[in-house]
Amino acid sequence: MTGAFSLAWIVLLLPLVSAALITLFTLKNDKLSAKISIGAVIGGFVLSLLIFLTGGTSGEHNITWISIGDFQATLGVRIDALSSLMLLVVTGVGSLIHWYSQGYMKGDRSYSRYFACLSMFTFSMLGIVLASNFMQMFIFWELVGVSSYLLIGFWYERPAAADASKKAFLTNRIGDFGFILGIIMVWAAAGSLNFTELQGIFGANPEVLGATAGLAGVLLFCGAMGKSAQFPLHVWLPDAMEGPTPVSALIHAATMVAAGVFMLCRIFFLLSPDALMVIAWIGGITALMAAVIALQQNDIKRILAYSTLSQLGYMVMAVGLHAPGAAMFHLTTHAFFKAMLFLGAGSVIHALHHEQDIWKMGGLKEKMPATYKTFLIGTLALCGVFPLSGFFSKDGILAAAADFRHHGNMVLFAFGVLAAVLTTLYMARLVLVAFHGSNRSDSASHAHESPSVMTGPLWILLIPSIISGWLPIESFVNSGIGIEHAGGHTEAPLAMAFSTLALLIGGSVAWALYGKQRETDPIADNLHGLSTALKNRLYFDEIFSGLIFITHEAISKLAGWLDRAVLGGFVVKGLYNVVDVLGRGIRLFQTGSIQTYAFLFVLGVAFVLYFVIGGIL
Amino acid sequence: MLAWTVYISFLSALGCFLVPKERPDLSRRLALAGTIAAAVVGLICAILYAPVDGNPIVDTVKASWIPSLGIQYYLAADGISVVMVVLTGIASVAAVLFSWNIEDRANEFFGFFLTLIGGVYGVFISFDLFLLFVFYEIAIIPKYFLIAIWGSTRKSYGAMKIVLYSFIGSALALIGIMAAFVVSGAHSFELQQLIQHPYTPEFQRWAFPVTFIGFVILAGMWPFHTWAPTGHVAAPTGASMLLAGVVMKLGAYGALRVPMTLFPMGATIWREELALLAAISIVAGALVALVQSDFKFIIGYSSVSHMGFVLLGLLATTETGLSGAVLQMFSHGILAGLLFAVVGRMVYARTHTRELSQLDGMDLGRKLPFAATVFLIAALASVGLPGFSGFVAELHVITGAWSSFSYTAIMAGIGIVIGVAYSLRALLTVFWPSNQGCPPLRHEPLPAITAQEKIGSVLLIGTSLIIGIYPRLILDLVVPSLHSPLLEPLIGSVAGTQ
Repeated sequence: MTGAFSLAWIVLLLPLVSAALITLFTLKNDKLSAKISIGAVIGGFVLSLLIFLTGGTSGEHNITWISIGDFQATLGVRIDALSSLMLLVVTGVGSLIHWYSQGYMKGDRSYSRYFACLSMFTFSMLGIVLASNFMQMFIFWELVGVSSYLLIGFWYERPAAADASKKAFLTNRIGDFGFILGIIMVWAAAGSLNFTELQGIFGANPEVLGATAGLAGVLLFCGAMGKSAQFPLHVWLPDAMEGPTPVSALIHAATMVAAGVFMLCRIFFLLSPDALMVIAWIGGITALMAAVIALQQNDIKRILAYSTLSQLGYMVMAVGLHAPGAAMFHLTTHAFFKAMLFLGAGSVIHALHHEQDIWKMGGLKEKMPATYKTFLIGTLALCGVFPLSGFFSKDGILAAAADFRHHGNMVLFAFGVLAAVLTTLYMARLVLVAFHGSNRSDSASHAHESPSVMTGPLWILLIPSIISGWLPIESFVNSGIGIEHAGGHTEAPLAMAFSTLALLIGGSVAWALYGKQRETDPIADNLHGLSTALKNRLYFDEIFSGLIFITHEAISKLAGWLDRAVLGGFVVKGLYNVVDVLGRGIRLFQTGSIQTYAFLFVLGVAFVLYFVIGGIL
Repeated sequence: MLAWTVYISFLSALGCFLVPKERPDLSRRLALAGTIAAAVVGLICAILYAPVDGNPIVDTVKASWIPSLGIQYYLAADGISVVMVVLTGIASVAAVLFSWNIEDRANEFFGFFLTLIGGVYGVFISFDLFLLFVFYEIAIIPKYFLIAIWGSTRKSYGAMKIVLYSFIGSALALIGIMAAFVVSGAHSFELQQLIQHPYTPEFQRWAFPVTFIGFVILAGMWPFHTWAPTGHVAAPTGASMLLAGVVMKLGAYGALRVPMTLFPMGATIWREELALLAAISIVAGALVALVQSDFKFIIGYSSVSHMGFVLLGLLATTETGLSGAVLQMFSHGILAGLLFAVVGRMVYARTHTRELSQLDGMDLGRKLPFAATVFLIAALASVGLPGFSGFVAELHVITGAWSSFSYTAIMAGIGIVIGVAYSLRALLTVFWPSNQGCPPLRHEPLPAITAQEKIGSVLLIGTSLIIGIYPRLILDLVVPSLHSPLLEPLIGSVAGTQ
């Protein structure tokens, strides 16, 4: 085991130790709990940086966990371009958000529990990143789901938070069910769960999965659909905003929801062209649909949540278009600017005493200059303004979609451009309504800038949000995954032209609609039907709960009835009546004395024995 | 030495019966001491257990009992027995701790309780089928009294139903055992002797399903499961814990030990139909749990669902499936006990209601945070949260089932998803206020969680965690035993047909 692997194990275990220490010893000591948790994640970041910089190391170190016959499950750490990049994103963004949480969660009665959960989350997420095999990935996949569940439902006294956590957990479980079936299919066909071995097997014979390749790929993708909230399993993510805002930033924007994209890049080699096509379309649909819904949301966090959905759609689409490098590139830049946007939103919410409706804000530009500046840069990065990070990473994806000679697709390209127009529109709406104009409520007029413990991380995140687009992340990842010829380079100028056009259109429409101080939304005033449909998130929740109601209630009632009436009632009652009559007779013997019972029991056994043995002999 | 688990239990039972009725504290302590002593003996035997000359079956006692019929007093253990003995030890200690509030006729309660445990230990270490059957019956009788005297909610109905089902099951099982004995002509009930006889396929075709169903009635296989929820609900907490924790395992263990060992060809003939029933148990149990309005019925039906995993693992008849079945027996024994402890002891004994609609308004999450946390952990662990025993068990079962009949694996997966749904529904309604919750009914504070409850919870959670993190503690015992002469034909015959 070389140094890099030892470091990776330490990175993985530090947050686990932190979670255990806090749970077992320091629940009563808030300050110390925060220090332990922050220390663990910053330590992880420093070590990840070392792993990244010493570079060159690529490989894995495994220990056997379960081994029965040909069923082997190992735990390990795998270091390569993909995981070392993701390590930096998770621990880097994670460190800042842990730090920021000290201010945001101040005074919460479960401060220590918060940090314990955060450490648990970091541990689980790092487990996914470092996983050397499918089984480990699935295990940590589930642990991430539980940490997310605990953090969404952190304020469980609020019914909305409790319901949201349940919804998130269940929706993810549905996706994970597909995921594990996919894993079992791969294992049954290829006989291995280890990524390196599988890559070798698939490299030697791409037809390992035979006719089921498409199905296996789509089942594996189900896992990503749940975790990365892709249509139609996207419904949990907006509700997950019931959790504390730093959690939304870390888990439901920057890292965990990106795990699906990461996983798809990790297993890219075994996805068949059919599966990739499904993935691309689901991604494209999610990107566009979420952007449309975001237009008419009024809760600042929900706008950002739908924006996250839309951007995740871009990433998933990129994987489907044979461009995992572009997907990871956008994942990285998005992690920075979206974390910054969420933390900015958190700063606003904190200042306004938990007011989240943008129509009750307004004029925050002067009151909260630091938050405003960083939020504005984050918005520009998200909209893809040159030379900020989002410009380059979004361009990579659009270029892949525009590569019609290889894997590109005209319709998906149009989806991508349209979603870009909408992105500019809804983000400009958010900034203009919340920060510009005059105060629309008392809490807005009394707002003041957040403390430096919260603005500090904003300023730090500003740097990668601006410059990370200039880094050669795409080619770094592509070469790591083993894709030598990534398409889309010649199409980059075309994509740039379209994305700039999208920016201009979106921007000018937003300026025309929201540039002047307004009390109500012009879209809601003039396009009433559309607005209502969008406010109700295109009725996905209603449709799903209707479907769930019809199917699960019907089946459960049927099963319950079957149990009670047919088996319980008919058969058992019939027998019961017979026995009851007998029982009345037997009650004569029921004296309450043990001796009598024992005697009767022995008599009974003897009787049965005589009957059975005698009968057969 | 392993035999002492049985003797200690029966001796403590006798002791409890002799303690005067006015001294419940004395019988409690005696019961705790007895169960701990037996558990320690079991644990030591598990640690010392090692196959002799490559034979995983290690003899403990072998003496002639009824020579005219070739019946022996033959106690022995292989890796599977040892695992079940350890489970019985842990589950029984925890059940005593959660029965600490029994005041009424405590001497008799613990007397019956320990008799049951002695019978259970006996079943797990009997390698003479007649002896196994005797212990099996000894374990059934005390159940009736435990439910009928100390139970609640239609207790006489529940008690009668459970005994009725048990006896029908025993009768079927006995028919199978007798038939095997008579047909073999070996003049012995010893398992190793009986398997020497080549039972004809025609014979196995009927003997296997009869014996198998006889045993799995007690494991709660659909559609023979209706005794389980009613019985669990009617039983007092400690008895529910034993019922779900170890008594249901008797059925599954018996099914593995008797019909699947004696009639491997019959198993090959019937396994697909029966595996389908097992998969239906998983899904139907979970669905019914989803619509219950009584907290304890939810857990009762969840046991049916989780026992379905055991049966599915058995019927996969692969190495992975069978190891999964044993793991799930252990895991469910621990976790079902914990769930019943929360429902019966921590909640019902304090609130005197199990109706979800009433519990909803009581704000139990704030009043009993310990109970809420334990329930959350137990529920997540039993729906397969990695790190706890449920995950490794379900993983093995599903993997095993997939290679035999993939559609049953899919059904099991659906069952897990529904499992999450009913667990979270129970958790949210009982402990956290919901939107529809009625205003708080009772404002008076509830009695605090006792030390016994805390110790019991930590014991069970810790066990589940240890096995979840390091399942080889069990697997290293079980896997070699699957290759003993007893089970080799079963795995071999299946491998041969594929």
